[in-house]
Amino acid sequence: MSVEKIKILTGNDLLVGDVIWWTGSGWSRHVDHAAPLADDAGALIAAEEAARSVVSAYVVDATREHGKVRPNHIKERMRALGPTVRLDLSLRPDDPAAAAWIA
Amino acid sequence: MYQYDTHDQAMVDARVAEFSDQVARRLSGTLSEEQFRPLRLKNGLYLQLHAYMLRVAIPYGTLSSRQLRTLGDIADRYDRGYGHFTTRQNIQYNWIRLEDAPAILADLAAVGMHAIQTSGNCIRNTTADHFAGAAPDEVADPRPYAELLRQWSTFHPEFDYLPRKFKVAIIGSETDRAAMKLHDIGIQVIRNDAGEEGLRVHVGGGMGRTPMIAPVIREFLPPLQMISYLEACLRVYNRYGRRDNKYKARIKILVHEIGADEYRRQVEEEFAHILTLGLEPPPAEFARIAAQFADPAFDPQAPEAIDRSDPDFALWVDQNVHPHKAAGYGIVTVSLKPTGGIPGDASADQIRLVADLARDYSFDEVRVTHAQNLVLPHVRRADLHALWQRLDAAGLANANLDLISDIIACPGLDYCSLANARSIPLAQKISQRFADPARQRDLGELKLKISGCINACGHHHAGHIGVLGVDRKGVENYQLLFGGSEGADTSLATIIGPGFSEDGIVDAIETATGVYLAHRSEGERFIDTYRRIGTAPFKEAIYG
Repeated sequence: MSVEKIKILTGNDLLVGDVIWWTGSGWSRHVDHAAPLADDAGALIAAEEAARSVVSAYVVDATREHGKVRPNHIKERMRALGPTVRLDLSLRPDDPAAAAWIA
Repeated sequence: MYQYDTHDQAMVDARVAEFSDQVARRLSGTLSEEQFRPLRLKNGLYLQLHAYMLRVAIPYGTLSSRQLRTLGDIADRYDRGYGHFTTRQNIQYNWIRLEDAPAILADLAAVGMHAIQTSGNCIRNTTADHFAGAAPDEVADPRPYAELLRQWSTFHPEFDYLPRKFKVAIIGSETDRAAMKLHDIGIQVIRNDAGEEGLRVHVGGGMGRTPMIAPVIREFLPPLQMISYLEACLRVYNRYGRRDNKYKARIKILVHEIGADEYRRQVEEEFAHILTLGLEPPPAEFARIAAQFADPAFDPQAPEAIDRSDPDFALWVDQNVHPHKAAGYGIVTVSLKPTGGIPGDASADQIRLVADLARDYSFDEVRVTHAQNLVLPHVRRADLHALWQRLDAAGLANANLDLISDIIACPGLDYCSLANARSIPLAQKISQRFADPARQRDLGELKLKISGCINACGHHHAGHIGVLGVDRKGVENYQLLFGGSEGADTSLATIIGPGFSEDGIVDAIETATGVYLAHRSEGERFIDTYRRIGTAPFKEAIYG
């Protein structure tokens, strides 16, 4: 399977602040659940923010391969994982390779 | 320590009620994020890289044991069991739920604390010498002035929407332990030739994108005119500071562009007018504040001698205990820089332990340092060994104060949405590379400071060795600086050459220490040798 270049939508959960990713029908904390967006996400962002599902939503570039989604920019990869200096608090606490995924 | 009066308490209680209502309206949808954002920031609640972050104000870095214990309890009850002490003597929690924020503010208010003035373009929480009231070289305790500044600046209607944020630091001795000249306003309590107490006022310093050392704007100010004079300083800034360009909006740019003499002239003109308005606090009010910072009841019979037979204890005393103004006492710095640890982080249990130690050994007082450590300011030397044993059992007895592993590091890209690169992993690698205590002591005082972006929360401009993380086409890169200092000999570090990868800069720093060891003269610190021999030998060794 080739590497897909996609755009995905992210933001933070209004109530608890968690980083979340748009799945096409809702929100997930796991970036691998992120769904490719159509060209214009403006209406979707407006609707989801108005529904108070998400705060500060924005679109980022990413790639998808074998079902794994990887944001292009390191800052978004950091958001997707959690702090590399506290992997116990990240989404991959038992994965020793997690920090390497960031770089 | 200052105790809130009914007026202080009513103000913070009212703020809790107000913010509770604002959060409820946000969650119900009555307030949009655009409307809510400035309100939450007024209460120290940021939306950071991973979650909401709450920054709690610790005025002039001073805490009672009860307040510190509450900070530990908040870490457990509402966060993930730890807090991060910052380079502005505050504490941050990284994993706050919006719905919990009002309850946290209520817990803080119950012990006379809040999160006001920790964000936004207002006068931020005033910082001070963390050895205030304990240092033997002190002209006067700066904390009564700092408390007066707190009362003056909190909710000051004229200065709540300045061109940019505004930071004040105050010290009371010749030894500058607060990076005073690198603040928007830096104040030093001094005595003139007649022996009268007064204030020397520096204006226009700062780090960030355009680092500058603040020039002296007033050589000697009568103490009770401080509020009027600062009112004049701020008024001139508020009138002429640039609001058209965020990067040129700090007061340092204004002072630099019009010149210190012209800025001084305008301030003096405004000051003369303000003096006619009678804004000064009544002497009795200042005396009321000052009385709350009176010395605790030191034991005049406290012995000076201690048993140094335990070598680890003796090393810790030599490195982390400073002389005290009272015979038989010492000032203890509790290092929050364990080998391979996260600078400034402390677990809830560690926070509560230090609170207990303050209660048991330091007249109930704790200080937070801008170098991200904690201080027990008034410890009987006879109690040092018992104190050290309890610290050691909790992993808090690292004897590395002011050594190469006592690193200042901002949260960096691991937590901060502004950062371009990670700071903490670099600090961890450096402290591991130099883990050998004997090697650290041989290198002597070496202040290493790391920022993850140009905003310089990690004070890299003021490091003997500074590191600035940058984003080079999506890859973390680290620039190396030498020659900064934040003390009486304040200077700004400069970049010495091309940047490095994370591993590369650790090697480069190690190479630099080798150059220092090869060239140092008797008694010279790293910064002294660097100033004497210049950049060339370091560049030659590092870049070849």
